[in-house]
Amino acid sequence: MIEAAAIATLGLFLLSPLAIALRGRASVSGLIYALSILPCLGLVGVGLMGLGDRHSSAMVLPVGLPWIGAHLRLDALTDFFLLVVGIGGAATSLYAIGYGRHEEEPGRVLPFYPGFLGAMALVVLADDAFTFLVAWEVMSLLSWALVMAHHREAEVRAAGLIYLIMAAFGTMALVLAFGLLAGSGGDYAFAAIRSLPRSMPVSIAVAFLVLVGAGSKAGVVPLHLWLPRAHPAAPSHVSALMSGVMTKVAIYAFLRVVFDLIGPLPWMVSPVLILTGVATAVLGIVNAAVADDMKKILAYSTIENVGVIFAAIGLAQAFRADDMPTAAALALSAALFHVFNHMAFKSLLFMSSGAVLTATGRRDLDGLGGLIRRMPVTSFLTLIGVVAISALPPLNGFASEWMVFQTVLQSPQLPQLGLEMLVPAAGGMLALAAALAAAAFVRFYGLGFLGRGRSAEASNAREVDRYMLAAMGGLAALCVLAGLVPALVLDRLAPVVEALTRSRLPVQSAEPWLTVVPVAVARSTYNPLLVCLFIAATASAAAWVVHRAGTRALRRAPAWDCGFPDPSPLTQYGAGSFAQPLRRVLGGVLLRAREEVEMPPPGATVPARHRVIQHDLIWEWAYLPLARGILKVATEANRLQFLTIRRYLAFVMGTLVSLLLVLSIWR
Amino acid sequence: MALITGFAIQGLQMLLVLALAPGLVGLVRRIKARLMRRPGPPIRQPYRDLLRLMRKEVVLAENASWLFRATPYLVFAASWVAAALVPTFATGLQFSWTADLIAIVALLGSARFFLALAGMDVGTSFGGIGSSREMMFASMAEPAMLLTVFALSLVAGSTQLSTVVQVLHGPPGVGLRVSLGMALVSLVIVAIAENGRIPVDNPATHLELTMVHEAMVLEYSGRHLAMIELAAALKLLLYVSLIACLFVPWGIAREGDPPVALALGIGTYLLKLALGGAALAVFEASIAKMRVFRVPDYLGVALMLGLLGTLLLFVSRAL
Amino acid sequence: MERMAFDTAHLLAGGLVLVSFMMIYQDRLQALLNTFTLHAVVLSGAVAWQAWTQAAGHLYVTAAIALIFKAIIIPSALTRIVQRLGIHREVEQVVGTGLTMLTGMGLVALSIVLMLHVTSKATAFAREDLAFALSVVLLGLLMMVTRRNAVSQVVGFMSLENGLILAAAGARGMPLVVEISVAFSILVAFIVIGIFLFRIRERFDTVDVRALDSFRGERR
Repeated sequence: MIEAAAIATLGLFLLSPLAIALRGRASVSGLIYALSILPCLGLVGVGLMGLGDRHSSAMVLPVGLPWIGAHLRLDALTDFFLLVVGIGGAATSLYAIGYGRHEEEPGRVLPFYPGFLGAMALVVLADDAFTFLVAWEVMSLLSWALVMAHHREAEVRAAGLIYLIMAAFGTMALVLAFGLLAGSGGDYAFAAIRSLPRSMPVSIAVAFLVLVGAGSKAGVVPLHLWLPRAHPAAPSHVSALMSGVMTKVAIYAFLRVVFDLIGPLPWMVSPVLILTGVATAVLGIVNAAVADDMKKILAYSTIENVGVIFAAIGLAQAFRADDMPTAAALALSAALFHVFNHMAFKSLLFMSSGAVLTATGRRDLDGLGGLIRRMPVTSFLTLIGVVAISALPPLNGFASEWMVFQTVLQSPQLPQLGLEMLVPAAGGMLALAAALAAAAFVRFYGLGFLGRGRSAEASNAREVDRYMLAAMGGLAALCVLAGLVPALVLDRLAPVVEALTRSRLPVQSAEPWLTVVPVAVARSTYNPLLVCLFIAATASAAAWVVHRAGTRALRRAPAWDCGFPDPSPLTQYGAGSFAQPLRRVLGGVLLRAREEVEMPPPGATVPARHRVIQHDLIWEWAYLPLARGILKVATEANRLQFLTIRRYLAFVMGTLVSLLLVLSIWR
Repeated sequence: MALITGFAIQGLQMLLVLALAPGLVGLVRRIKARLMRRPGPPIRQPYRDLLRLMRKEVVLAENASWLFRATPYLVFAASWVAAALVPTFATGLQFSWTADLIAIVALLGSARFFLALAGMDVGTSFGGIGSSREMMFASMAEPAMLLTVFALSLVAGSTQLSTVVQVLHGPPGVGLRVSLGMALVSLVIVAIAENGRIPVDNPATHLELTMVHEAMVLEYSGRHLAMIELAAALKLLLYVSLIACLFVPWGIAREGDPPVALALGIGTYLLKLALGGAALAVFEASIAKMRVFRVPDYLGVALMLGLLGTLLLFVSRAL
Repeated sequence: MERMAFDTAHLLAGGLVLVSFMMIYQDRLQALLNTFTLHAVVLSGAVAWQAWTQAAGHLYVTAAIALIFKAIIIPSALTRIVQRLGIHREVEQVVGTGLTMLTGMGLVALSIVLMLHVTSKATAFAREDLAFALSVVLLGLLMMVTRRNAVSQVVGFMSLENGLILAAAGARGMPLVVEISVAFSILVAFIVIGIFLFRIRERFDTVDVRALDSFRGERR
């Protein structure tokens, strides 16, 4: 098994030089993307088979550091995330066969794309810290190069710079974490790390460092700032990969270290995780609800979903530390299920925004509208993604969100009173985030796809090609399938959950009617399949009865609009107007949103102007002071460059003497 | 045999809620009119309105898409299914396990989602106003509702509505709980907001700037409008039944009870509905509508009560 | 019977916390005073119930004092003051109702966790009463911190004192002498504050305490 995975990964890496070798040929883009599909499907196969037969296999390659080599290993956790990487990668590559044709400078995307996929697979496969970190860094750098594909836009360059800084910072945290994990022995193989005993403070420090390192890649508040800039800046299929898959790889890193390598952790870690997750979810979705750029909305919503996943992981940690394996299994199943679902619907939505971008050249909501008539298939598939991401039954987003809520309701069994009270409050905040997500995506879909076109480009849009539609269709089908029959995914998850928590959910596919039963029938059940059937049956029955007993008559007429329809599409509700209620209610605190009106004096002929100003709180409170502080220290340190030789010698001697002093006191 | 009875009772419940829903709306209107010293329309007026609407032709905006035409049926179906899953006169119905309380709330959320999208489909300013405000209210009301659900299901140890009702109803019952009181108040606030009643929204108004739900469905006519009105009535009935079965569970028949108990259950249910409708009418007649931006504060109270109820629950449980 | 007694005590004390929240929510002075009256009524109910279950006669006196002073005399006097000052319709600028409420939630959670930890040996009655009482005290403080109007600060102070009485009632009651002297000192405090209100008003033409800050040169 592991050989197949290694070959697939290697194949992806080899496609990069191939892309360079073939540069300039007309068909290279289609070829490279088509060839990337195969290894991705291979990864899917490896993942599925691994989750089925529960074998773990390992291999050591004689590359990398001479005394370690590169360890690769397949276990349940790796299998699951290979599945995620494989599905996301295959769908994206299929999509890119169509989308890549519209790329202006394919030479800036093609060489990096397969390597990026390979690096993500390698992160998941790695079984020693060195390979892991190298793969992680390659993943970061290649994704950075992909973000910079359209480097001529100033906004993209700024995004790239911030991303690079944050990626370096995150990797630094991970290096420190693995350094602490390996201890003084310096054996970097995961097997050795796992068996090493370590003290509680060290474990806690490692958990915190990994939260920073992996969290910065996943977009956890307050390390999320790069994400809404970098994800939209990349070409859309890369955005889909970054949001849909790379954030999941970061979550893999967190799970691997915290639930596998560290060993036992105290419960005190969990409130930090839960609170971080909840803050991430709420802050992310409030931003999404007021952003004007389609891809920016999606990027912010990624932050929200990562927050939900981290909150669920925090719950799992709480239950694990308090020795409640059943509840921990439920929490972890919810988290992993959401990982899978988010991969599906977020990739789908980024693809559809890419389709809109291809068809209209725009991604600002105020320039779109009416696409449901111009691009019917894309619009329908997007609708599925939108319903899924808004956590609405019967699709998959709700199924995992529902399981998170079921986990929250397990909190009364926790022995710590403070935690017990925190968890329902956190659940309320997650519900707030879910409800806000619905608001944000009504806005997304209503402004982008419904109504009347707000620009000539939108009014003349044409449906995109079949590759893009096929990729989106596949992911939409996955959303529907995972939503209607959660048992399909949940039962695949069982070995992963069992490996990490030593417990698992009841076998879901054995339940009657494919009902989801997280704990017990008396406690909670949910049957999306039946609910969907009931709705479909009653809706068609109602339509039939009404058409039979009433009338089928229908007349087209101008819109009524309370009597004064204005033909200009600008009289519709726009992005700013739709966001105004939420901006006013929540934005005042969370975004420091203000509205300014510049009124010209009476008689002047200049137009009045209305502006909305909103800031990211974290940017203002954490990053700007930090930047100012660094600048100040740097300015101060600048003086050190203009000293005499004698002074420098004095510094050297002072340092030496103080070191000696420390040593003498220490001994 | 038991299976057939189960299906029959479930079917009876579905038909019952559908048949009663417009009547409840009529009752509320009638009592409200009487309180304002108007004679008011007869209680059966909503039935007549619905029948008439169904027989009228649909006037559809020129650029309305398929989503606009499908939404009324979807919204109606989701509301009806949700209403049929709430215990009205009997618990432990045949299909009560298909969706728990959280899923029922989310099902209503799906209905609202599609209605809000339909409001934006024709591309008018009023539709946009309605959708935007509806979603703002929903983003406050849904977490409040969920916190209430948390409080209730932490008491009952289940989110399964039938189980919750049985635990609350007893024996042994759960005693007087201040948390339950808070959950009740919170649920009432959410119910008023969700159904667009005064003081949040005025179902009778056609003054553009004050309306929310009505603005959203402004472009609908004929049978589509009938479906939406019926769905709104079902939603009102759902919330009244929910409050009734959770907080005044007396008289509800249990699984396997004899037909007499079922008849008693239906009788008490009708009584509860009438009382709930009357209370709503009195409340609506005695209060003024709020400004739109006052509503978040109002819903914030529900959110706070739900949270407080959950917190206080731990006090009595920790002893 | 035991359960019934406990449930009712739970209901009344929890109700007191709830009314504290209602007070934080009110932004009109008259409504605030009415809510405060309700607060006092609930308090006297809670104390009377404790008196009955503990069979402690002197607690009835406490309940009566609470009812007479807090629910009748002080609110009606404050109402008169507010009307004389002509501010009964004034809408007060509360610093973000939502934020205050959330802080209040945090305070309640804090006091519950703290009290249940500290009093693990006491009876269920006392523990619960103390947890709720501390919440009421902290909420009263919160109200005094977040309000600018001197009258609502007075109300916050009074509700804080209500929390103290609840705590005392739960902990087997305090001696009657202490109780009465506390009640009278409250009354005296009330009179002094009432006089001050008029003085503040005379001098600054408002009862907004920000005027005092600027008078002392503290406000930039």
